[in-house]
Amino acid sequence: MEKRVTFSSTTIGLLFAFPMLLLVFVFFYWPGGQALFWAFTLEQPWGGGNKWVGFQNFAHLLKDPIYWNSITRSLVFGAGSTAIAMGVALVLAVLTDREMKGHSAYRSIFVWPYAIAAPALGLAFRFILAPEAGLLSILNRVWPDIWNPALDGNDAMIAIIVAFSWKYIGYNFIFFLSALQGIPRSLIEAAAMDGSGPLRRVFDIQLPLLTPTLFFLLVINITESFQDSFGIVDIMTQGGPARATELMVYKIYFDGFKGLDYSGAAAQSIILMVLVILLTILQFRFIERRIHYK
Amino acid sequence: MGSIAIRNVRKAYGKNAVVHGVDLEIASGEFIVVLGPSGCGKSTLLRMIAGLEEISSGEIAIDGRVVNKLEPRERGCAMVFQNYALYPHMSVGENIGYALKVAGVPKAERLRRVAETAKIVGLEAFLDRKPAALSGGQRQRVAMGRAIVREPGVFLFDEPLSNLDAKLRVAMRAEIRRLHRRLGATSVFVTHDQIEAMTLADRLIVMNGGRVEQVGTPAEVYNRPATRFVAGFVGSPAMNLMEGVVDAHDVFIYDQTRRVALPPSLAPAGARVALGVRAEAARLVPAGTEGSLDAVVDFVEELGAGRVVHTDLDGLSFAVAIAETTTLKAGDAVGIRIAPQDVHLYSAESGLRIDGKAAAPAMAAN
Ligand SMILES: Nc1ncnc2c1ncn2[C@@H]1O[C@H](COP(=O)(O)OP(=O)(O)O)[C@@H](O)[C@H]1O
Ligand SMILES: [Mg+2]
Repeated sequence: MEKRVTFSSTTIGLLFAFPMLLLVFVFFYWPGGQALFWAFTLEQPWGGGNKWVGFQNFAHLLKDPIYWNSITRSLVFGAGSTAIAMGVALVLAVLTDREMKGHSAYRSIFVWPYAIAAPALGLAFRFILAPEAGLLSILNRVWPDIWNPALDGNDAMIAIIVAFSWKYIGYNFIFFLSALQGIPRSLIEAAAMDGSGPLRRVFDIQLPLLTPTLFFLLVINITESFQDSFGIVDIMTQGGPARATELMVYKIYFDGFKGLDYSGAAAQSIILMVLVILLTILQFRFIERRIHYK
Repeated sequence: MGSIAIRNVRKAYGKNAVVHGVDLEIASGEFIVVLGPSGCGKSTLLRMIAGLEEISSGEIAIDGRVVNKLEPRERGCAMVFQNYALYPHMSVGENIGYALKVAGVPKAERLRRVAETAKIVGLEAFLDRKPAALSGGQRQRVAMGRAIVREPGVFLFDEPLSNLDAKLRVAMRAEIRRLHRRLGATSVFVTHDQIEAMTLADRLIVMNGGRVEQVGTPAEVYNRPATRFVAGFVGSPAMNLMEGVVDAHDVFIYDQTRRVALPPSLAPAGARVALGVRAEAARLVPAGTEGSLDAVVDFVEELGAGRVVHTDLDGLSFAVAIAETTTLKAGDAVGIRIAPQDVHLYSAESGLRIDGKAAAPAMAAN
């Protein structure tokens, strides 16, 4: 008889999972727990630890017009960047799908922007959109002062929306393109036989069959616009001018690390987290209910 | 309405030529079946007529109008696809009515015509269902309905029955025939199934390797296959083919002992030929009978209505169809008799039929 060392399968499983569990704990549950703790407590002015204050931190926030401003800004930013990133990606994908069959080179080219870290991207766009020397400086030469993100809040918002969209166009493009390529060619051909022109086919056949992808990307784009926008804002505008680009995620950082208001920042991050979770649940439920053909 | 002229049409994908010059005149209202093995270019030809595939060279005219540069929608053809290609997000009614909607037909009339069509294809009860909730046969009907509703001059079918089970296929075959009689539109039907081809066609076009091998009625093609390929492809069981030479006395010599008398002066002495005999035309006789070929029974295939005795001629298999029951079993020695008038002869080099007359079929040229 051969003698073997045996483990119960649970032990083995836990052993294998341990490194991952450790990571998840250290970088997710622990900070999450900390945030919860801070959100419901307040530091004593003269030391002596934290005092439980219930929902007081949240109540303060919701009465603060500056916080509401950051919510509005986030919504504008989310809507704008999602619309641009998805719209442009969809147009590109439809055009590409018409011309090519199974070329994979395009895909990797278009996904590169997504791999660029947000701060690097922000830096690049800061130069591109700089009012004195960037691409748009031409506008200023024709109409002086028409473009200046450093002074004009709308310009600043446009600048971060453009930068963020640029990053996500590639990401969305990949999903749109592979979904388009997944539509059987014969469906398009059948529609062509039925007399439908290229544009009409997009609206009657391709878009409806793309609905699952559209909704998936909608969720991803909106949630990412809430979370992944920090680097771009930090490098390009620092929330300015005059809080015009102070998105929720940037305000958390600012209040927490610049203003040292840990409790307020923690409460904000809890609100943001709940918002993202709600959004995700809502949209995924919607997807499951409405959008299945197969 | 719906005559089609195909003039020296070729198709190449890059350097890879797949259709090598097809010439064809299809009369209005004809039911044409294009028959050929998989990959011979049938679909490509059909799709060039439809406008889904560019024509590399040559010309296609529908109703006398050259359509090479026209979009599919401008050609007046409707097509039924092999996988049906139903729009999964539309109901049966919407699928059928889509062409009308695109054409801007007012809603009331559209609904009326969809209902009418649904009745023809027997789908009245299913108009609100999505394709996913239909059986294979019903989907096939939706695809037919979608083509019918436009009242096109030309129907194109690309193996529409090949995804159905055998019984349904026979039923749909009959239905397509009936529909054609009723609507009278020109139909081009592509298939690799010869039974389908024989039963549906007014005229049959047999293709192989991107070329047309023969054009004719099913009976013509069956009785006088124009090329060796057609001889071997059309008919079930396949025609028996043996290669040999013709001697000076109008006798075909297969080997030392096996010879077949030919009709007088059919082929010149010394010609290398392939001799074909249908299984239904060959006779089984007792082994050693004068003028018969020696053979050994390999196995007997029972078909119910008849049976096919598969025999072996020193390595060449040879099938003989018989009507009566038999006690023959594997290993039995038999003789095979072939009457001269049942012989089909093909040149071993060109594969063309040798007829005595100069009867090279035009389409097998080039
Ligand atoms: N898009 C294409 N690109 C390259 N070759 C093709 C293409 N479509 C078909 N072919 C080739 O053309 C030949 C004929 O194809 P097809 O017309 O589909 O044959 P069939 O319908 O008779 O089975 C095949 O060898 C096939 O590989
Ligand atoms: Mg085919």
